[in-house]
Amino acid sequence: MTDVTLPFAPQKEVGTESFLDAGHTLISWLTTTDHKRIAILYAISITIFFFIGGIAIGLVRLELIEPSGMFLTSDGYNRLFTIHGIIMVWFFLVPSIPATMGNFLLPLMIGARDVAFPRLNLLSWYLYVGGAAFTIYVLVAGGVDTGWTFYPPFSSDYSNSHVIAAAAGVFVVGFSSIATGVNFITTTHMLRCPGMTWFRLPLFCWSMYATSLVMVLATPVLAMSLVLIVAERAFGLPVFDAAKGGDPVLFQHIFWFYSHPAVYIMILPAMGVVSEVFACFARRQVFGYTFMVYAMMAIAVIGFMVWGHHMFVAGQSQLANLVFSFLSFIVAVPSAIKVFNWTATLYRGQIGFDAPMLYALGFLGLFTIGGLTGLFLASVPIDIQVTDTYFVVAHFHFIMVGGSVSAFMAGIHYWWPKVTGRLYNEFWAKFAAITMFLGFNMTFMPQFLMGWEGMPRRYHVYPPVFQIWHVLSSGGAAILAIAYIMPLVYLTLSLRYGARAGNNPWHATGLEWQTTSPPPKHNFERRPVVIADPYMYHEIGQPRSSHDTSPPLPQGRQI
Amino acid sequence: MSDVSEALQEPWPNLAVQREGVSFGIWVFLASEILFFSALFITYAVYRSFNPEAFAAAAKETELFYGTLNTGLLLTSSMTMTIALRAATVQWRGVTLVALALTAALGLAFLLCKGLEYHDDLTKNLFPSAAFPLAAPPAQLFWMMYWIMTGIHAIHLSAGIAVDIAVLLLFWRRILPVQGSTMEGVATYWHFVDSVWLVLYPLLYLVGRS
Repeated sequence: MTDVTLPFAPQKEVGTESFLDAGHTLISWLTTTDHKRIAILYAISITIFFFIGGIAIGLVRLELIEPSGMFLTSDGYNRLFTIHGIIMVWFFLVPSIPATMGNFLLPLMIGARDVAFPRLNLLSWYLYVGGAAFTIYVLVAGGVDTGWTFYPPFSSDYSNSHVIAAAAGVFVVGFSSIATGVNFITTTHMLRCPGMTWFRLPLFCWSMYATSLVMVLATPVLAMSLVLIVAERAFGLPVFDAAKGGDPVLFQHIFWFYSHPAVYIMILPAMGVVSEVFACFARRQVFGYTFMVYAMMAIAVIGFMVWGHHMFVAGQSQLANLVFSFLSFIVAVPSAIKVFNWTATLYRGQIGFDAPMLYALGFLGLFTIGGLTGLFLASVPIDIQVTDTYFVVAHFHFIMVGGSVSAFMAGIHYWWPKVTGRLYNEFWAKFAAITMFLGFNMTFMPQFLMGWEGMPRRYHVYPPVFQIWHVLSSGGAAILAIAYIMPLVYLTLSLRYGARAGNNPWHATGLEWQTTSPPPKHNFERRPVVIADPYMYHEIGQPRSSHDTSPPLPQGRQI
Repeated sequence: MSDVSEALQEPWPNLAVQREGVSFGIWVFLASEILFFSALFITYAVYRSFNPEAFAAAAKETELFYGTLNTGLLLTSSMTMTIALRAATVQWRGVTLVALALTAALGLAFLLCKGLEYHDDLTKNLFPSAAFPLAAPPAQLFWMMYWIMTGIHAIHLSAGIAVDIAVLLLFWRRILPVQGSTMEGVATYWHFVDSVWLVLYPLLYLVGRS
């Protein structure tokens, strides 16, 4: 393939039209059933929400610089962190990797023409937009102040903010998750190409499968918990009304039955992404492939049994606390297996520190810290000490931002040439990756320290002794903000000015790289046949290079 | 036997695999639906275990006649839906259309009965409020469950009826050829909504009447 020297019409030369050229009108995008275009629609939508949620927390961090607050009322502060939580959890993190990379790559990786139900896939995006519309309404109308967890009786009886619209937005976007989950599970079961056995699936596909199971089985429970809140708030039904014998803690059980597994909806896809990136940039087979698969499935299953650790102080019985504490320790075991296996994958690899790898290495360190502090919180006595402090905030941000967002960035950079056919500016990408890592640590490390010393979350006035930590954290947040804006700029610029990437700039294995970049509308010109296990990097024998001038590997061979 | 190839959708290789895929997909979705309802069932179970007497007393106020009639209507509709599916599989057009129409009619009859029952319930002030007739406060919890459970079931049934009528129209206008692949998902969903009612019926109407 000589497309490096033919910058303007290379795909036509080889007789394949890319999916990007299958229609240029807005209507062609809004009515598409092509999984690759839907992935891009999702990517644009979640990016918008990521920055809205980011602005909300930026204001929060600004407010926290002064112990007595700077410009917000207590009520305004509550509304800002609530909208930050709602947007980041449901409108960014949950759909982030599955709906963008999962949508784009799952059919390519298993050698399918599309997902099982392409129109359902489009519907899922419209459901997302519908939920987003409710959330935008909440923003414009003045916000919601319950925290992202909607605990009654505050949310049902006392709050004077837009709880019903916010709950409706989350309810609707939940069905978008369910639609994606149903689609992915069916696609993985029914549409694998010849030779693509279950244990030849790339780990990213396994991560999508595990995530989809959690989406399908947990999200409806969240939906019902929100229905119950709205039933109490809108119709006066005494669902969680203690005066009538109702139990507000029951809501917490139902809510966390979704919301703890939801953490795994956010982290399992990240694990899938970095498994691909580590193998490619260490030029090694993933260490312990089958155990990686079992570990992911174990996380998905055990993740359903640990929700009670969010209620250690809510009046649960000692026995329940003990059982949930034990199970929370158990769920750390498969996560630890994965961390060790990634490390073993790197061991004696030919490591290349390209931008995707830097982001993935960032994931590895931050996820490990987040996971280890999770063990602190799984232990009942320590959790009682630090419940509702910044220690908890720092812990889950290490998992969700340090872990998931780093992996999201790794994936975006790794598959950017696949999606767009262009290379981004490597220097700026590396610079942003390092800045993001440093900014992240500066933001959240101080939160561990002040949380340990007793700084409670969700307060905007605090004793002056904590000011130094808050100032450090806010400074880190500013660095983090710059680090997030950088990719937006250089990736956008690369669409116009980036060099042609060639079909497989990383010399990666995996079916998605064995077709043109960007892929044609139906993914493969001929139906691929898989003849080998994934990640056979030792068989390629080629060094990685960022400019691919070699011919593409034989069609359909996953090597 | 007419040509049924128009019923084939992307990305399926043939109708048999498509039917298998649709069936698989709808079962995965139903797994999700079961979890949706199970959040209600667990709420019911917890509250009833706290307040067994109040629940038994409150359940005696439900309209057993309407509840039983509706159970009969839905069970019959499941039969007509099965006939529609079998007939569509062998492309027996007339029977498919009649059975689909009967199914929709039985579903609508259920909703009509439910509406009459709701009217009676409201006349007796059984919607939890200040005028609620039963003294024990947890009786209101039972009736809270009653309204939410039957309401959400009715929404599901309405969706089932809408899909049933949509497929009926697609077959009748010959936009889709009559075959089993399209029917598979519709029928499976319909039976699920019926099954939920079979759980609701004893929970709401038979408690306290033994």
